[in-house]
Amino acid sequence: MTYMFDPEPIPAGAIVNVSRRFLLKGAVATGTLVLGASLLPGRAMAEWATGAGAMPGGTVNDPHVYIAIDPSGLVTILTNRSEMGTGVRTSLPMVVADEMEADWSRVQVKQAPGDETKYGNQDTDGSRSVRHFVQPMRQCGAAMRTMLEQAAAKRWGVDPSEVKADNHVVVHLTSGYKAGFGELAAAAAALLTPPVSTLKLKDPSQFRYIGTGTISIVDLHDITTGHAPYGIDAKIPGMKFAVVARPPVVGGKLVSFDATEALKVPGVEKVVEVKGWPWPSKFMPVGGVAVVARNTGSAIKGREKLQIVWDNGANATYDSGAFRKAMEETASQPGLVVRNDGDADAALKSAAKVVTAQYYIPHLSHATMEPPSATVNVADGKCVAYAATQSPGGCRDDLAKILGLSVDDVTVNVPLLGGGFGRKSKWDYVLEAALVSKTVNAPIKLTWTREDDIQHDFYHTVSVERIDAGVDASGKVVAWRHRSVAPSIASTFKAGVDHEAPFELGMGLVDNPFDIPNLRCENGACTAHTRIGWFRSVSNIPHGFAVQSMVAELAAALGRDPKDMLLTLIGPDRIVDPRKSPGVKGFWNYGDPFDTYPIDTARLRRVAERAAQAAGWGKTLPKGQGLGIAAHRSFLTYVATVAHVAVDDHGNLSVPNVYTTMDCGFHINPERIRSQIEGAAVMGLALAKNSEITFKNGRVEQQNFDGFMVARIDEAPLHVHVDIVPADWSVPASGVGEPGLPPFAPALCNAIFAATGKRIRSLPIGQQLST
Amino acid sequence: MVTLKVNGQNFTYDGDPEVPLLWVLRDELGLTGTKFGCGAGLCGACTVHLDGTAVRSCSVEVSDAADKTIVTIEGLDPHGDHLVQRVWREANVPQCGYCHAGQIMQAAALLAANPKPAPDDVMQTMSGNICRCGCYQRIAEAIALASTGA
Ligand code: FES
Ligand code: FES
Repeated sequence: MTYMFDPEPIPAGAIVNVSRRFLLKGAVATGTLVLGASLLPGRAMAEWATGAGAMPGGTVNDPHVYIAIDPSGLVTILTNRSEMGTGVRTSLPMVVADEMEADWSRVQVKQAPGDETKYGNQDTDGSRSVRHFVQPMRQCGAAMRTMLEQAAAKRWGVDPSEVKADNHVVVHLTSGYKAGFGELAAAAAALLTPPVSTLKLKDPSQFRYIGTGTISIVDLHDITTGHAPYGIDAKIPGMKFAVVARPPVVGGKLVSFDATEALKVPGVEKVVEVKGWPWPSKFMPVGGVAVVARNTGSAIKGREKLQIVWDNGANATYDSGAFRKAMEETASQPGLVVRNDGDADAALKSAAKVVTAQYYIPHLSHATMEPPSATVNVADGKCVAYAATQSPGGCRDDLAKILGLSVDDVTVNVPLLGGGFGRKSKWDYVLEAALVSKTVNAPIKLTWTREDDIQHDFYHTVSVERIDAGVDASGKVVAWRHRSVAPSIASTFKAGVDHEAPFELGMGLVDNPFDIPNLRCENGACTAHTRIGWFRSVSNIPHGFAVQSMVAELAAALGRDPKDMLLTLIGPDRIVDPRKSPGVKGFWNYGDPFDTYPIDTARLRRVAERAAQAAGWGKTLPKGQGLGIAAHRSFLTYVATVAHVAVDDHGNLSVPNVYTTMDCGFHINPERIRSQIEGAAVMGLALAKNSEITFKNGRVEQQNFDGFMVARIDEAPLHVHVDIVPADWSVPASGVGEPGLPPFAPALCNAIFAATGKRIRSLPIGQQLST
Repeated sequence: MVTLKVNGQNFTYDGDPEVPLLWVLRDELGLTGTKFGCGAGLCGACTVHLDGTAVRSCSVEVSDAADKTIVTIEGLDPHGDHLVQRVWREANVPQCGYCHAGQIMQAAALLAANPKPAPDDVMQTMSGNICRCGCYQRIAEAIALASTGA
């Protein structure tokens, strides 16, 4: 057997239809392992520069790490990124397969365990997977193709330039000799990886799979039959099932507990304390009491019988109503200046007209359909975890730390994630499972109930955004002052944080692309009283909502068409460079170089124009219907959305159509881009219309899907028309998973205004349309 | 002792008879295709067929399922080729995929009762199944495909 990486071997002769199967479960070992001598060609060189090298583990492009070929010709491609619904587990291996000339029907995909030294960065977050890995994966495939060609040339005693890999076969062009990939596998694997500088990438016109949108996700069949393995489905023989009672208020701690009644519940086996770390401590567990039982249902019943005394700590005063008032007061005062072009205060004073609006965007819970869950066995000085995590590398490091083990003794396997949205890049639940396993000396599957998830999340921040815009006598917008007030994610990492971090300010605030001479951004002080965390598209949600709502408010105030207003504000085609603006410190461009990914207003304008055109902007609609537009750059991608809404006499809102144009540069799988945009419209509708997390006495008031409302099919947009701007290899790939979300809520509320004349400034909409 | 007839096989369970069927399927029988989403009848992730009717297995005590015919996603079709499974693949419905065992079981029950449901019936019946990834457009497409005999 010839393999180039060493995990579970694949049975000889197995032809695996990628649409049907992959071997997460492992298979029977047959024969010897011949590992090719691997010459790591260094960390990937890139055609366009990215920030990938600055991430832990950087990137790896070595086929000896990523590809295995067995004698039957079955190609196994590893993927290092977590699958949470974006399709990345299909897209990146597809790049490798295409570039190495593999036949996709003879490829299977295998998930790499957490090991960033070996596989490169695995933090599947920030919409980074394709933009950071499409180049290394192309190089990886090209290197494999080159090695197969070299092996064939050697076998036939011909010059490598005379042979060519073509759809799983290497051909000698003049003689017509042929050899399958399987026949050449052993010889190819014994070769050194060629240096990147010698590789010839395929001409994009020769791509078989990239860009076609014809490949279904590799897990499709298993998902429809219930056999796809999610984190919550992991099985370790002898495992017990646990749930944890956690302090109801962040920063609170356990005083005492009485497990007498809980232990009487049939099926409950043990009740143990779980160590907690003081707040803030990044992703460390908050502590509490674990109930261990023969099944999760019994554990839940046992937990209901626990008698616990908590010390709620200082955050027991957190009250969302009072907090909102305090934030609004802060937004009425000058804040820390974080961008200052011209003199906005003076221009506002001398403006012919000033338009002011204040927006409120509440806390949100991720509410992934698969709640946090991990299955962990700590035994014999080792830790084996199965965890639906977006970040198996970071998770592994922290497991080693809290267990006092070397990272080499910790394995983090990554099954599928039933949704991520940023929640599963925090690995507290995996650490909890490890602590309980160690304490009770058994493998543990620890599950968060939905109530646990909604009450103990790392919440999307809560924001007040106030914008004052000044218009001169000619109707030109000459001043723009945007004050943002929101607790920062940085507060989850360290105490004493009272301003947004550069990476939050860079998400739709200081990167404002508008052509306004006096543009000032301020950030008011605000202190967190709960755990704040990344939620799909992060600060772009509040910042984008305020900015894009204000555009339409200005249009209304000036009697202009909202789309024309938007295009006027975007202004002439140019590069906007916030690094040159006074007051901007440490501008954050999503961790990637500005030269590769500048803020290009031509691209922003183009997506707005295309979406408007697709929607038939300007068409006459029946009474109670309207169109609204919003355009926003995030994660280095440009997106515009036009929402078409209908509001009936009772204030019932429906969204008959959504038109979204995305410019994400070079892309791999347009079919999965469409699904991400369709999904963003649904999540966008949820957060605009229904979703809100509120606190009272430091506790979250919502419990489950009856309190924290998400969108259901009977209210969801079912006609999302997606337009992807064509782009070749010369346009660097940018994000897809997140950037679809920010424009949706403002487009929707702008459409509601067009339909009803009612301006929504406070999310969620809730009952506002019926009153 | 409770006897369960799941996907044509008999199982016995000797634990607490009041535990929800969901946890017995998943944790005791290892049938993890049926998913946990809310535990409160609010999301549909745990949908199975009990004597042919779609039920939320998180809200059925295991003793109430005794001796009834239980079908989970794993048993919907021996080859995974039930009409609903086929149209789900044809329309590339899933994103993360987690909700789809429940969605498919719900849609299969709907179509068994009425092979050509009116759009309003589809909306009403499927509104009990949450998809946080937002696959609703394709769920609607897939059910439309199934009802036109794809
Ligand atoms: S888990 Fe049963 S309805 Fe949600
Ligand atoms: S596909 Fe992820 S919840 Fe439905």
